[in-house]
Amino acid sequence: MSETLRLWLIVVGVIALLLTIAPGLIWLERRLLGWWQDRKGPNRVGPFGIFQPLADAIKLIFKEDWIPPFADKPVFILAPAVVVFTAFMSYAIIPLAPGIVVADLNIGVLFFLAMSSLGVYAIVLGGWSSNNKYSLLGAMRGAAQMITYEVFMGISLLGVVMMAGSFNLSEIVLAQQGMWNVVPQFVGFVVFFIAGVAELHRLPFDIPEAESELIAGYHSEYSGMKFGMFFVGEYIGVTMLAGFTTTMFFGGWLGPSFLPGIAWFLLKTFAIIVFIILLRGSLPRPRYDQLMGYGWKILLPLSLINLMVTGYFLLR
Amino acid sequence: MEVAFYLSALIAVAATVLAITRYHAVHALLFLIVSLLALAVVFFIMGAHFAAALEVIIYAGAIMVLFIFAIMMLNLGKATIEWERQLLRPRVWVLPALLTLVLAAELIYLLAIRGGPESSGIELVRPARVGAELFGFYILGVEMAAFLLMAGLVGAYHIGRREKKVIHRYLKKEEV
Repeated sequence: MSETLRLWLIVVGVIALLLTIAPGLIWLERRLLGWWQDRKGPNRVGPFGIFQPLADAIKLIFKEDWIPPFADKPVFILAPAVVVFTAFMSYAIIPLAPGIVVADLNIGVLFFLAMSSLGVYAIVLGGWSSNNKYSLLGAMRGAAQMITYEVFMGISLLGVVMMAGSFNLSEIVLAQQGMWNVVPQFVGFVVFFIAGVAELHRLPFDIPEAESELIAGYHSEYSGMKFGMFFVGEYIGVTMLAGFTTTMFFGGWLGPSFLPGIAWFLLKTFAIIVFIILLRGSLPRPRYDQLMGYGWKILLPLSLINLMVTGYFLLR
Repeated sequence: MEVAFYLSALIAVAATVLAITRYHAVHALLFLIVSLLALAVVFFIMGAHFAAALEVIIYAGAIMVLFIFAIMMLNLGKATIEWERQLLRPRVWVLPALLTLVLAAELIYLLAIRGGPESSGIELVRPARVGAELFGFYILGVEMAAFLLMAGLVGAYHIGRREKKVIHRYLKKEEV
């Protein structure tokens, strides 16, 4: 098999995987939330309601795709594209198994951070171009929240980078052969995971869209498949966060040899996705100033201390 | 690789020109972001992967977000666009255009003498080497930048500090 063909197969495979996971995740989340909240969840369309996302997608596609006359049209159209684009691009660097990776960059971790920092634009531009005060409020909250949490999301990952001595994700996975990073870097893991959920503005950190205060925040004015893109982008983002956490802290494809590497990777990722859904089902949304204070006053010092202690043990 | 380089360089130049000539502030900033991203691609092609990543993270991902944030808060309306339109009349462009032309001519002349950038000798710069250089040869600059940042932080804290007055609304006296 030629090198180019192999690369194309990996690219198509990753995109197909993500596009299948996104609707599957929507169904899974609603079923799991239903289960945890002692109700049934969607169970009418197909066996166990598994075709519910399909029905939703058909509904969204056939809905009128309305652009408000007061909106800034080009920017309004651009914003949902940015969400999906950045979420997909981040997956390019995650090694699913030894050798199965789209781009094995030597700046892999930085690439992930770059893409997640570009993701802010989706919220900011979407909220601003809607020309609606609730959307603008949501966009402002989103921008502040994501810039804040980006800072120590990067710092919390540096401990792992220092232990592996590389930004390359494959090398980081291989450096975890003795012990998964989650043990020595537990503080880094906790800070990263909280920051990651906040970066995705998922519940409980869905302050930019808080439906009880801001209607739907930055995507209030969106309809049809443009709204759907925000939705799909969020679920691909969840998959991406879970995959990245697996790679950085849970040993990626490593595991006992009775299963192939990719199966281990997918299993761990799936477990983390379920945990993220559980977070949504169990935690209340914090107040906006609480969120910011928590970030700057607790998580930032914590990640810096983690960095310092890691450095001490490495250089000792 | 050569094609990719010239394409992204072209995009960078075009986006920068568009960023200057847009009347709408947010649209201008969007073009500036495109220009920065194109520049990151140029860095990447030239082998400076670390610089490319930092370009995206810091310039496109943080500084420009703050710019857009500020402009969003100001919420400039139609009046500003009109004002900008008056500001950027064709006559204003003459002098800057002349100066830029001189610069461009100089650049083209220099490139013609040297025969352009050597496309063969691209060396991959690894992040570890950048770090070693920064904390070795350029340590003085790094420390000075740290001082500057610290001063900025202290200043921002001082400006932002305010006496905290928490009075519950039931305890407040009615203003007569």
